[in-house]
Amino acid sequence: MTTILPRKDVVIVGLGWTGSILAHELTDEGLDVVAIERGPWRDTATDFNIGYVQDELRYAIRKDLFLQPVTEAMTMRNNTSQTALPMRDYGSFLLGNGVGGAGVHWNGHTWRFWDTDFQIADHLTRRYGAEKFAELQLQNWGVTGAELENAYDRFEYLCGISGKAGNVNGEIREGGNPFEDPRARDYPLPPMQMTYAPTLFAEAARALGYHPFPTPAANMSEDYINPLGIAMGQCTMCGFCERFGCANYSKSSAQTTVLPVLMKKKNFELRTHSEVLHVDLDASRTHARGVTYVDTSGEEFFQPADMVLLCAYGLHNVRLMMLSGIGEAYDPNTGEGTVGRNYCYQTNSGAQVFFDDKNFNPFVAAGALGQTMDDFNGDAFDHGGLDFVGGAGINCIPTNGRPIQTRPTPPGTPRWGKDWKQATVDSYKSTLSFSAQGSSYPTRGNYLDLDPTYKDRFGRPLLRVTFDFPDNDIRMASWVAGKMEGIAKELGGRQYTVSPRKKGWDSVPYQSTHNTGGATMGTDPRTSAVNKYLQSWDVPNVFVVGASAFAHNAGKNPTGTVGALAYHAADAIRQQYLRNPGQSLVSA
Amino acid sequence: MESHCLKRPTRRQFLSSVAFAALAGSAGGAVARSISGEPPWQSGAADPPIQVRPGGWMFFTADEVSTMEAVVDRLIPADELSIGGREAGCVLYLDRQLAGSYGASARLYTAGPFLPGLPTQGYQNAETPDQRYRLGIASLNAWTRDNKDGKRFAELSGDDQDAVLKDLEAGKIELPNKVNAKAFFNLMLSGAMEGFFADPIYGGNKDMASWRMLGFPGARYDYRDHVSKHNQPYPLPPVSIAGSTEWMSR
Repeated sequence: MTTILPRKDVVIVGLGWTGSILAHELTDEGLDVVAIERGPWRDTATDFNIGYVQDELRYAIRKDLFLQPVTEAMTMRNNTSQTALPMRDYGSFLLGNGVGGAGVHWNGHTWRFWDTDFQIADHLTRRYGAEKFAELQLQNWGVTGAELENAYDRFEYLCGISGKAGNVNGEIREGGNPFEDPRARDYPLPPMQMTYAPTLFAEAARALGYHPFPTPAANMSEDYINPLGIAMGQCTMCGFCERFGCANYSKSSAQTTVLPVLMKKKNFELRTHSEVLHVDLDASRTHARGVTYVDTSGEEFFQPADMVLLCAYGLHNVRLMMLSGIGEAYDPNTGEGTVGRNYCYQTNSGAQVFFDDKNFNPFVAAGALGQTMDDFNGDAFDHGGLDFVGGAGINCIPTNGRPIQTRPTPPGTPRWGKDWKQATVDSYKSTLSFSAQGSSYPTRGNYLDLDPTYKDRFGRPLLRVTFDFPDNDIRMASWVAGKMEGIAKELGGRQYTVSPRKKGWDSVPYQSTHNTGGATMGTDPRTSAVNKYLQSWDVPNVFVVGASAFAHNAGKNPTGTVGALAYHAADAIRQQYLRNPGQSLVSA
Repeated sequence: MESHCLKRPTRRQFLSSVAFAALAGSAGGAVARSISGEPPWQSGAADPPIQVRPGGWMFFTADEVSTMEAVVDRLIPADELSIGGREAGCVLYLDRQLAGSYGASARLYTAGPFLPGLPTQGYQNAETPDQRYRLGIASLNAWTRDNKDGKRFAELSGDDQDAVLKDLEAGKIELPNKVNAKAFFNLMLSGAMEGFFADPIYGGNKDMASWRMLGFPGARYDYRDHVSKHNQPYPLPPVSIAGSTEWMSR
């Protein structure tokens, strides 16, 4: 039996970054908002406690803050000729769970995508011709960089991003990223103090004529009070950032930037440990009536609402759309359907330089403390003579010296015994690592759907991920690796390794929690699941907010764009949708 | 603080100030609730780790202990750099992990069907870590008994133990009971390394031996005074979540 609850104006599924921002914006509008969150309440003092948060085994290895596979797993395969099997433990990516979502355990790299990303198909066609990317399913996002500038700015000021602008209203500024789009003003905080490894990396990159700059960081370089009046403290560079919550109020998250204000609002309510099973549609299947969820007693509730905002992790948004019958599922054989289309990931490569005479103190680190160069990212360089599109940011951002996981050794070192131990001690402090974070472009065959065999604890099908790195992206990674090799040589050192991404996505080793697409935004309902305001084409009182909306993934971390899209959607709801509720903001 | 049974919830109940409305109980202590009016705070809500105390074995039998102590001392030998895996407590660490939720794969997806997978699809067998150790150790000793003059693994010389471990690692040994030698070796290796490098509260890394060896300061959490001291050694010894041995009276 399902208990029917009193109606709300808005029901939000998931209280992470996007859910918190939208809840704050829409309660400001006077709406009665309820958020339904699968995981627990989490807050700094209790859950990221400074007495024991520095626990690598518990948080990084046993993944205490993450979504556990027993709660919801996914199946994976590299292509449709294989049988997908469940990822019995999450490895390649680690999803958030509970209030704050993946924004609790992120590193804090906070990027803006470029106008050439948002208009990628038009831009590349103009510059190189459409043949250049014929093997890919690249498409425009339906927005421009200029349209999102203010939304990015608001997210950066909400978070208190530490960084150095490279382009303020068209004026190029020394020391910033000269390849970025114009921004209206500088970052709210100056860059962080640099540790040794990124300092050397930047010197080497500059010597080669490149343009390194401090990575924009959601780790506070100074104390900060954000526009909501919430105070954060200076980052202590503890080296327990990604996979951990921050005990110092020094890493931006929903907890440190929004929730202290949101939770006090009388027209906001949060229900934790309550999992939304599906969105309920009316008979016409063009209007959502609310959501059905189940709490820890196993009892089902129906929460009626005028609007439904899917603000779970992108992959979960896509699955919820499929489980609810919102839109048509994508079919890779015909290319028809939109839900599950254009799933993308991140094409990462690594490099290590081994020194004899350096001490990098790897444990003095923060999640986003480092240097980046965008000289070979996106379309910042001419691809005219090259056999690929896209690129990579090259990053030297040493995040930790936690020794269960971070023990670099030179190639050929045994994995145990006396020689292993000596090499481990010799290399622990004296190894400089850097990486390329490459773009991931959509193909027809990479997609998301529901698994035909494996079920979750409620008997619902798991999400099935069908993905391999496209040949275009592999060629990109290989070419960028050549540039990394040049930097490794310039750095000096005794020896180096460069490991470009290879074909055959492996779900076991950690790579990146940058899963994008599946409910892409766009201008054409035949190729996008939501319009440029993140509104479902098929069910206009449903908005789907998150990296699920990305039409492709750039060579950058997604959270900055996820935050900007949340503000962009909130503005559209406040300024347009509420005047004509239930109506599409864009005619198909 | 108000608490309601929300079988038939009302708007009033949901909107009550700082309502920790327990929607229902559950075995795991995780209980659905409605929160509004304030960020919730409850004393005692923090969840610190429970420190492992030596004494007795909760999972391993005496025979298994002697086998595993021999294994971890070859994987992490005692030398001038540090104590070995046995003295560091790696087996105690594993014992408590295997007796706990890790041993039973409690947080993993363990529903069938179990099909042979590709390497990119990760572990696809039904056996949990506690079962894998139990069967793996027995199979290892059965193999040495049959191939090494009737001896158990722990009774072999150090060089012989190394040779057996290398063959396990390379998958050159066929263990009885269909135990995958390579996979079992990797399971023991990652377990030993976790125990050696994790915080000592979990039973291994005695006196922060591995952290002293590397120069990792552990749980210190604030390096603002050292960030600009490039290429200079960090001066302070490590601390554990449970504190520092330097702080204790001797």
